[in-house]
Amino acid sequence: MTGPVAIAARRVKWEQRMFWRNPPAAAFTFAFPLMFLVVFNAINGNSRVRLPGGSVRFAQYYVPGIVAFGIISACYTNLAITLVFRRELGVLKRTRGTPVSPGAYLFGLVGNSLVIALILSALTTVAGVVLYGVQFPGRYLGLAVTIAAGAFCFSCLGMAVSALVPNEDAGPAIVNFAIFPLLFISGTFGAVDDGSGLARLAGLFPIRHLNQLMIAVFSPFTHGTGIVLSDVLVIVGWGLAGLVLAVTRFRWEPRQARS
Amino acid sequence: MHAISVTDLRKSYGPFEALRGVSFDIEAGGVVAVLGPNGAGKTTMIEILEGFRFRDAGRASVLGMDPARGGSELRERIGIVLQESGVDNYLQVAEVVRMHAEYYRRPRDVDEVVDLVGLTEKAKAKVKTLSGGQRRRLDVALGLIGDPELLFLDEPTTGFDPTARRQAWQMIGSLGRLGKTVLLTTHYMEEAQFLADRVIVIASGRIVADGTPDSIGGRATAAVRIRFALPPGLAAGDLPVAPTSIGGDGQVLIETLDPTEVLHHLTGWAIGRDAVLDGLTVDRPSLEDVYLSLTGADGRDEDAA
Repeated sequence: MTGPVAIAARRVKWEQRMFWRNPPAAAFTFAFPLMFLVVFNAINGNSRVRLPGGSVRFAQYYVPGIVAFGIISACYTNLAITLVFRRELGVLKRTRGTPVSPGAYLFGLVGNSLVIALILSALTTVAGVVLYGVQFPGRYLGLAVTIAAGAFCFSCLGMAVSALVPNEDAGPAIVNFAIFPLLFISGTFGAVDDGSGLARLAGLFPIRHLNQLMIAVFSPFTHGTGIVLSDVLVIVGWGLAGLVLAVTRFRWEPRQARS
Repeated sequence: MHAISVTDLRKSYGPFEALRGVSFDIEAGGVVAVLGPNGAGKTTMIEILEGFRFRDAGRASVLGMDPARGGSELRERIGIVLQESGVDNYLQVAEVVRMHAEYYRRPRDVDEVVDLVGLTEKAKAKVKTLSGGQRRRLDVALGLIGDPELLFLDEPTTGFDPTARRQAWQMIGSLGRLGKTVLLTTHYMEEAQFLADRVIVIASGRIVADGTPDSIGGRATAAVRIRFALPPGLAAGDLPVAPTSIGGDGQVLIETLDPTEVLHHLTGWAIGRDAVLDGLTVDRPSLEDVYLSLTGADGRDEDAA
């Protein structure tokens, strides 16, 4: 079978194999969120955070934030750095010289990110429930929609950012530098007051919205699915903007001439 | 039908004209070498034919398709070995080849191709553990896995040691004999001489010579050079044939279009006098001599991509 769907599915399989064969990169993608999970819980474990409807222990706020961060780590950071690396080493150019469709190839990469995001979300949730006594009220639809929106958005942004990075040495620095300030002001590592200027600034970007969706999905005070349409729309909108940038700026050939 | 047909191909990068009107046809089957100094336009030309770059003007047809628009249909039928391009480092050799096989509708057998490039012993080795020469052979394997009718090889043996180069030549030569068309670029005269049925020399974006390795640049009809040491005690005036030049060390050079008769006179004269023509050699300009005279005047100092 060589239909586009079959090729895309096999691409995901190969991407998975390559991902796990490169332990430092895999560890980086996984270790960051899990390390933050442990460290920030150790620091803030006894504090309480106000949510709509009441206050919760820090972990109940923080674990869903780290699930969101895991999606960002898997889709945005991992994808962007992988793409820059492959582009600069000429792997993408070589691939372009074969009949595989660009769509199937990129689907393989995005699909791989999604698989990693799912594993990371599950690990974080289980760790949260087992180690920190976090409640997960079984809002699977809300969880699925939030993960899907986040994975779409941050995969597109990862592809877009990769197009802006000039070379593979600069990859990790630029990719991380673009995201970490936003993670902090978006409340990933600690609550930022809703009415504050910082919160309003963060509200322009997708991370705070993803974070709040995930917290609502986990919150014991939420009624219904936890899905807030306005948050989903901001996230998907950013994804579409990233997709446009990625499509118009994406390069298969190295930016730096090698000799 | 021609495997490749190119008419008045032109390409500029800003003010630099990389290709200034290149035309040639290549029949299906056999090995064609494109020779030329760095910056002559070899890679620009081959990458236009591969579909990586777009021409500014002129016509190009590869297997009957426009390479700028051939897309995956064309890429099913060609194999590309780029000058340099990475591979996914953490996969094993056979895995990379199998992954690429899945890109094609009718790929060749993976083990067969790995064997063809001499990497069977390394089939389970991770790509990042390969030597430079082994990496290059993997490049060739990936170029062949789709069972292409036409294979582009951009400097396939640059950086090889002499033994590895010989092995690569055997392999490329065998492709030509299988009826595939191979278009290769190279800096190495011996490579063109050994492999190619036809040599196209490019300098400064133009074709300056085109022919078989033995006839190119008038090699077949060029003056034959006869060289020997002037026998002791004799002067240039004693020779039966007027020499073209005599070096300070007494080395005589005679260039002639009629070597049979000149040699007959010369050797008859020497035997009659009991003289010895020390270091007697008879040759024609080498491919390298021809190449240097064709490209030496221009192109040598240009160093653009």
